[in-house]
Amino acid sequence: MTTTATPTRPVPDIEQADYNPKSESVAAKRTKSGIFHAVTLALTCVVLYPALWMVASAFKPNSEIGGANTSLWSNNFSFDNFLTAMDGIGGVSTLTFFTNSLVLALGAVIGTILSASVSAYAFARIKFPGRSILFGMMIATLLLPFHVVIIPQYIVFQQLGLVDTYVPLLIGKFLAADAFFVFLMVQFMRNLPAELDEAARIDGAGHVRIFTAIMLPLMKPALISTSIFSFIWSWNDFLGPLLYLNTPEKYPLPLALRLFVDQTQSSDYGAMIAMSVLALLPVLIFFLVFQRYIVEGVSTQGLKG
Amino acid sequence: MTQSPTLSRRSTSPSAPAPRKSKRSGADARAGYTFLLPWLLGFIALTVGPMISSLYLSFTNYNLFEPPKWIGLDNYITLFQDERFLQSVGVTLSYVVFGTPLKLAAALAIAMLLNSKRRGQGFYRSAFYAPSLIGASVSIAIVWKAMFGDAGPVDQGLSFFGINLGGWVGNPTMTMPMMILLTVWQFGAPMVIFLAGLKQIPADLYEAASMDGAGPVRKFLNITWPMLSPVVFFNLLMETIHAFQIFASAYIISNGEGGPAGSTLFYTLYLYLRGFSDFRMGYASAMAWLLLIVVGIITMIFFKTSKSWVHYSGDSK
Repeated sequence: MTTTATPTRPVPDIEQADYNPKSESVAAKRTKSGIFHAVTLALTCVVLYPALWMVASAFKPNSEIGGANTSLWSNNFSFDNFLTAMDGIGGVSTLTFFTNSLVLALGAVIGTILSASVSAYAFARIKFPGRSILFGMMIATLLLPFHVVIIPQYIVFQQLGLVDTYVPLLIGKFLAADAFFVFLMVQFMRNLPAELDEAARIDGAGHVRIFTAIMLPLMKPALISTSIFSFIWSWNDFLGPLLYLNTPEKYPLPLALRLFVDQTQSSDYGAMIAMSVLALLPVLIFFLVFQRYIVEGVSTQGLKG
Repeated sequence: MTQSPTLSRRSTSPSAPAPRKSKRSGADARAGYTFLLPWLLGFIALTVGPMISSLYLSFTNYNLFEPPKWIGLDNYITLFQDERFLQSVGVTLSYVVFGTPLKLAAALAIAMLLNSKRRGQGFYRSAFYAPSLIGASVSIAIVWKAMFGDAGPVDQGLSFFGINLGGWVGNPTMTMPMMILLTVWQFGAPMVIFLAGLKQIPADLYEAASMDGAGPVRKFLNITWPMLSPVVFFNLLMETIHAFQIFASAYIISNGEGGPAGSTLFYTLYLYLRGFSDFRMGYASAMAWLLLIVVGIITMIFFKTSKSWVHYSGDSK
């Protein structure tokens, strides 16, 4: 495949020294490393600027956000915007929106963990007729645009009288509808040694025992990645709540934010941005705490952000 | 994996292997479907069922309050005469065609920059990844709108260099670049996947190429690109499909209207407006099925053409 590289591999040791990067002078190495850090640091500033601007603006008075002000600093930093934002909107306190978001996200985590792990065990560890066809279908749903199913789903939930409840938003989580997590766990379980189950089977353990006593404890890393991502996806979800929820008392934060934008327009920029920061706060805290799990999860399982 | 249980069992219980085997595979089938029950239920009730009924609805007139009325292909025919629909197709295609390659190019370039054993690598990786986690949220859409608005920091910054564009949000020609920048900003997720791929490439390939006198361009074309092509393929497929489905950011930035002048009327936003504001459920279903067909065709083209540029080496896994 790499036609140029392979034929010329064997080279005498003396010659190799000339090409060995370790033989570079210390000064050259320092310059190189200096350039690397200068470039990446500059990039980091550009990439993080929107986030920093958001946080800085949340602490600034309105007059300094819209008007000619690109700087992140202000002499008038205050918590006023956050106090306004905490008042909420339409008579509902922001704390209520927070609680709603939390209920939905925790429900999503519990549902996904339960349903995805059980389904993944069937795909990865039990041999039954039709398994490979069903597995292929599960993979196909990964590529399926969500919008194909929302209209009939809405019609059904509407006829069942479940619009404006959390049922339509959570039922999919309890039925392993996020195929990504099933796939992630299947991949993880396939890498666990098969001898584990065999030994347990010889000892007379059934699938329930093998799953609960052997698989679940070993799957901890996959369960943690799943929890983190299903929490964050649910926390940021906008379309689902937009479709199904009508009463502001039941709104999670993203919908409340939209309401806030609709009602205040640009009159209170500061409060709007402060509320945006509040809405992202749990995600940012999650990221800081579980950084390693998140980045590893993305790189090993190809999870989207 | 599937053969070993039979082998080990024969060694431990030599008596009467045949009946036990069938008994066990019957038990396994039962157990398999029992464990799979949640997914199976969801698959039937939330995916297959709705897909079939939306196909049916796409041939009807349905407003949620009266029973659906069969109208044959009328919805599909009307779609291609609907200027707003055609506009939404144009908007979405230009977003996918320009946004996705740009995002992946940024992801690959920065992944290659970071693929070294220098200090601080972990910090940079996390910092670049962070936008992917929050980029699709309502909060960031609000921030984006503020940043690209009249006299916002972007306008101010460009004016400093003598470029006076005014606010991008209200300018129909500038909203698409603004949306593309928002997706490019989230290059971190594919970057992290590229980085993992780059780390799999054996370093001695590069050393050997250096001795051969290969420069950075040849090394990239002859080593990095072919070795990384499965990862490129994965990222390209996932990001393209993902890009078709952009919704929240477009909704927030345009106040749910797709303006100005329809320049942010993304496909899914128009589908939402038709289905859930006008209650033209049949029409919206036809849109949904067209989207499915287009995404299906694109996926097929990707897989077909992949044979010519994606290299799977046997030992790299």
